[in-house]
Amino acid sequence: MPKDPNVKRVMVIGSGPIVIGQAAEFDYAGTQACRSLKEEGVEVILVNSNPATIMTDRDIADKVYIEPLTTGMLEQIIKKEKPDSILPTLGGQAGLNLGMELEESGFLKENNVRLLGTTAETIRNAEGRQEFKDLMERIGEPCAASKVVETVEDGVEFTNSIGYPVVLRPAYTLGGSGGGIAHDQAELEEILENGLRLSRVGQVLVERCIAGWKEIEYEVMRDSAGNCITVCNMENIDPVGVHTGDSIVVAPSQTLSDKEYQMLRTSALKIINELRITGGCNVQFALHPTSFEYCVIEVNPRVSRSSALASKATGYPIAKVAAKIALGYTLDEIRNAITKKTYASFEPTLDYCVVKIPRLPFDKFITAKRTLTTQMKATGEVMSICDNFEGALMKAIRSLEQHVDCLRSYDFSALSREELLDRLKQVDDQRIWVIAEAIRKGIPQEQIHDITQIDLWFIDKIAILTEMEEALETQELTPELLREAKRIGFPDNVIARLSGRTESEVKEMRHANGIRAVYKMVDTCAAEFAASTPYYYSVYSGECEAKRTEGKKKVLVLGSGPIRIGQGIEFDYCSVHATWAFARAGYETIIINNNPETVSTDFDIADKLYFEPLTPEDVESVVDIEKPDGAVVQFGGQTAIKLTESLMKMGVPILGTKAEDVDAAEDRELFDKILEETHIPRAAGGTVYTAQEAKEVANRLGYPVLVRPSYVLGGQGMQIAISDQEIEEFMEIINRIAQDHPILVDKYLQGKEVEVDAVCDGTDILIPGIMEHIERTGVHSGDSISVYPAHTIGKLVKDKIADYTARLAKALHVKGLINIQFIAIGEDVYVIEVNPRSSRTVPYISKVTGIPIVDLATEVILGKTISELGYEPGLQPEAKYYAIKMPVFSFEKIRGAEISLGPEMKSTGECLGIAKTFNEALYKAFLGAGIDLPKYKNMIITVKDADKGEAIEIGRRFEKLGYTIYATRSTAAALNEAGVKARKVNKISQESPTVMDLILGHKIDVVIDTPTQGRDKHRDGFLIRRTSIETGVNVITAMDTARALVSSLENKAQNTELEPVNIAEL
Amino acid sequence: MKAFLILEDGTVFQGTHIGADREIVSEIVFNTSMAGYLEVLTDPSYAGQAVCMTYPLIGNYGICREDMESLKPWPDGFIVRELSRRPSNFRCDISIQQFLEENNVPGIAGIDTRALTKILREKGTMNGMITTDESYDLEKVLPKLKAYTTGKVVEKVSCREKYVLEPTTDIAQNGPLSGAARFDREKYERGEREQRPSLVSELNGAGLNVALLDFGAKANIARSLAARGCRVTVYPALTSAEEIIAAKPDGIMLSNGPGDPKECTSIIQEIKKLYDTDIPIFAICLGHQLMALATGADTHKMKYGHRGGNHPVKDLATGRVYISSQNHGYVVDTDKLDPKIAVPAFCNVNDGTNEGLSYTGKNIFTVQFHPEACPGPQDSGYLFDRFISMMKEVR
Repeated sequence: MPKDPNVKRVMVIGSGPIVIGQAAEFDYAGTQACRSLKEEGVEVILVNSNPATIMTDRDIADKVYIEPLTTGMLEQIIKKEKPDSILPTLGGQAGLNLGMELEESGFLKENNVRLLGTTAETIRNAEGRQEFKDLMERIGEPCAASKVVETVEDGVEFTNSIGYPVVLRPAYTLGGSGGGIAHDQAELEEILENGLRLSRVGQVLVERCIAGWKEIEYEVMRDSAGNCITVCNMENIDPVGVHTGDSIVVAPSQTLSDKEYQMLRTSALKIINELRITGGCNVQFALHPTSFEYCVIEVNPRVSRSSALASKATGYPIAKVAAKIALGYTLDEIRNAITKKTYASFEPTLDYCVVKIPRLPFDKFITAKRTLTTQMKATGEVMSICDNFEGALMKAIRSLEQHVDCLRSYDFSALSREELLDRLKQVDDQRIWVIAEAIRKGIPQEQIHDITQIDLWFIDKIAILTEMEEALETQELTPELLREAKRIGFPDNVIARLSGRTESEVKEMRHANGIRAVYKMVDTCAAEFAASTPYYYSVYSGECEAKRTEGKKKVLVLGSGPIRIGQGIEFDYCSVHATWAFARAGYETIIINNNPETVSTDFDIADKLYFEPLTPEDVESVVDIEKPDGAVVQFGGQTAIKLTESLMKMGVPILGTKAEDVDAAEDRELFDKILEETHIPRAAGGTVYTAQEAKEVANRLGYPVLVRPSYVLGGQGMQIAISDQEIEEFMEIINRIAQDHPILVDKYLQGKEVEVDAVCDGTDILIPGIMEHIERTGVHSGDSISVYPAHTIGKLVKDKIADYTARLAKALHVKGLINIQFIAIGEDVYVIEVNPRSSRTVPYISKVTGIPIVDLATEVILGKTISELGYEPGLQPEAKYYAIKMPVFSFEKIRGAEISLGPEMKSTGECLGIAKTFNEALYKAFLGAGIDLPKYKNMIITVKDADKGEAIEIGRRFEKLGYTIYATRSTAAALNEAGVKARKVNKISQESPTVMDLILGHKIDVVIDTPTQGRDKHRDGFLIRRTSIETGVNVITAMDTARALVSSLENKAQNTELEPVNIAEL
Repeated sequence: MKAFLILEDGTVFQGTHIGADREIVSEIVFNTSMAGYLEVLTDPSYAGQAVCMTYPLIGNYGICREDMESLKPWPDGFIVRELSRRPSNFRCDISIQQFLEENNVPGIAGIDTRALTKILREKGTMNGMITTDESYDLEKVLPKLKAYTTGKVVEKVSCREKYVLEPTTDIAQNGPLSGAARFDREKYERGEREQRPSLVSELNGAGLNVALLDFGAKANIARSLAARGCRVTVYPALTSAEEIIAAKPDGIMLSNGPGDPKECTSIIQEIKKLYDTDIPIFAICLGHQLMALATGADTHKMKYGHRGGNHPVKDLATGRVYISSQNHGYVVDTDKLDPKIAVPAFCNVNDGTNEGLSYTGKNIFTVQFHPEACPGPQDSGYLFDRFISMMKEVR
């Protein structure tokens, strides 16, 4: 069936800010789909609140609305733009839910807009718990015994009838939010209560616990003619019980015979057919490990994280094909973009093994429980490809960038056999390391399997790796042994460590014996057909399919690895734009990256894609083949920057800012010298290695001081210390991981934080705009609300900032991007930090000013000047709009995480509010972040003494808006004394009703709680904050944020209609 | 032990020896299925060939004997990237290493199977030798390789005596329906393994007698019919048409099988006689080619054939596409087809080659792919139901 000619204007809904469970994969899917729609001549109207995405670029969609994803806003945009159809299956659960709400309210029908792709009825059947169960029963596909409940009492009664343990899954939530396994009534009641509240429809599925079964997923495509294919299947190494997003996953399945494989495949096709899905769909199964019994766990009638993984694992572009199907094409009419010979109606077959490992944020949330459950906690993931499982696992491990490079990187050798047996019961992100140690200690594989339920095949593979470790330690390193170690993925540095040699000795020995990485192509068809798509992975034997192409100049673009807090999707945005800009300048572009969720690892972004870990050795192997004319590191975040030195040693010129200048910005002494020369003030400070030195510096400067490691992103490990005791505590935490660089101790200055991104051509600079943070210094810039244009600082300060930026950029010989953070105190401006590279705010400032600074930076790197590019150097004129970037957090997903804001970054994503007035922009930004108030007009204020003055002012404004204020004793006293009516509530330790009861009563809109210092989990404040987050109450931990919130609510109270802004027209 | 794979074009791959310790010369083909290596090994259509699996990790779930498609493995040799050291599956009987040794199948592991596949793709299927003799002499080996032909292999693989597969009389005998399986711990602990799930939901073939001509039939062809209630009599390949017609079957099933269809001259003559009756006929793979040859069409050898579980075939009557299991090196020429005799019913979406014929004015339809799956997708299992309807109509 050809394309439906009635589809001319399509509105695509994005997934909004990056949160745990809904991350970069939807930018990848959305971008691919939008390009695919435009290829068909369809006009695309895009709505997404996330400014860091590629899909919100002007060249991806025709109309771009970076607006809060609410039905109200979507209705307004639909009325304004009059699309004929809407495509809701590309924006994750968020997009799907919105599409459904618009459909169910009748709005779409009234406005003659139709849902493209899968119908609303299908979505209801797949997503509604009871509907789905009924459908499965009708077609004879088994589900675990289960019941949808709407009250805790029903849940308890049903569970008593089927027995504990049971799994709880709230309906319509992201990443399994609020779900869990209950082993007894107390746990059941707790999880159920939480889940009922988080569910959009107040429903939770209580189901027979099938924990320990094999978890198998199929990615399925179906067109409107009913043709179905499976793109690939995947097996979770972690059995059912761990969310698939937190599991180590392998593709294709490894331990299923053809009978099991086909049984589940047939079931998946039957389900997708019965649901009449048109597009992509993900079906998850639990398979009993010792029988053919299986259960359908769930179906996602849309592109998903798993479908992004499946796309990258196979080369089959699921989102692109799904978009074409939505337009009416059938699978046999869509060409396979990889082979260009076959069609989309075939099933990819792999001749390699793919391993995905989640990137978990426990290094950021050290108080959080590491346990993995059905609630997803990972912020990102890495994928690796190899011709054997061991090699793929080893590559994935070192792609994580968590200071791990082998199965010894977490040391459990001190545990006894008994302790290990006990530790194996713990399901957490270190489990494979524990298994490795258990094998080393001689615990039988069967026993490990009995405890973990991980299939013996995987356990034996881990044993093969530990046996190799032992061989390297105890045997002579012969060329044969070395060859075998390389084949199964051991990096040179690990071989060196184990065999007592140096890394360069190992490398020399490899080269002397011709042991080098060769590259194989991902071609969707196991070499059955010739493919033209240069998408490569390394192996250690056989023929090399990657060939250097002659003629063009080559640039190596280093990606940014897995998405983690502090290094998110924005660096992928930068890498992709730089790649495109180099391509426009006539370069052949080569990307190395290992993140399956991103646009940069799509096979048609760069001329060549190497899906590899970003370690010096892995990069060098690519460099050996490609011999690039230069590498660009300034766009790939800290991951790429860290590779600078290695690249230079390999003889690859660094394009743009030189490595020594990057160093100068990070190295305290060099940087101080530059500041001195340029006469730019900064907070006093010093560099230290030990706690003793840190205390000396701190006492010399006077408390409070800022303590942080150098060369980190997202302020990891950064803290404000107010006492010697805290210095000791923080230094201990920082030094848990060996530091290659000194730790910085600075005087903490309190003032306005201001940030600029600029392009420098070596002489002139271009500053698209100045961004001002709402929160004062002390809150990490990534967690601050950022306002463009800076609205409270005067011209004098702005000029000073422009001047300092110019001076610093010149002094550091910046060619390309530079990001500088300043503190403004009155008319004085101090430098906090300089990063001669791209930053988190680059996509945001590019979009709201319309100045494509990554493209410009790339041109500058290639030798153009700013004037030649058509720009007047210096600070650019301010826009007529306010654009406010709001951080978004995922605290509810991470049990036990401290949520209060500080110098260490904690947000996972961001959204944008853009409007003609500051307050409207602010309101939109809060709305985009999911803070849609007022609801009950009740609030709690509990602040530390220093904040009481501000609490009075803010409390008064809330009171005027009709809020009832509850406050703990001293806060209540202060408020009442100042004439702000506050009801006193008891502290947690006092008699009921306490502040906790109030929070659990679900009638509180917001808690303002400013924390006292320290990371003590047992303080009241911590409990209040955690309980609030876990019960879905908004918590604000900085007075500036609270003030911003009340301003935005005052704006709403004036009842002005929000106006959507098409940023493509700015 | 070192082993070598020497190709007709002089390419030599060095790997490690697996399976039986003997030298073989055979036609080298590749299969792209990611699972189902046992079904591949026991598919008689591979007689006279050595199979290279493109998926690199083979043997992961060991050998589950009940999944065998015939009584023994047929390929002359087995070529893999890596054999799993530890098989893991609840039904696993022995490891694949043991299986190859027990059945005297030699093989080679640790070679760049992707490079081999690309050679076969570019230059076409060719002959090769697997040997452990390090002092091989290419000058002597290559002429030997060039001289090799698979020959008349059908007679080798067909059953010696006719036998009957009794029909399923109760749907429960087929094993649990897909997914409805329930794990019975007590039975499991007694060592009783449950049957595989069945796709069949009704005994629509009950009371029908099917004559199956075994040219090297995969077990699941007869099983698919018996599971639907048909009584299946399996005849040796060289059975005369008269004997079959005399048995008055409701339908005749022509099976898959190995080798060049044109070598089966006497069988083709018998099939022509079957064509001339009014008995409904359904043919798979070699059977499909033989029927075409018997009715005046032609076949030719493909460059490297179709072997795998991911080939899309289009039902030309409905436009629907199904993913199919395939194993063939020859194909029917459609350009020489006389529409008065047969018209194409299926085509391959990838390369447009013929995948099935519908015989004009006859109750005969034939397919090039494998609706019996095993290994591979079960999407086209409905064709057995179509055959049953056809038999019922004629009755």
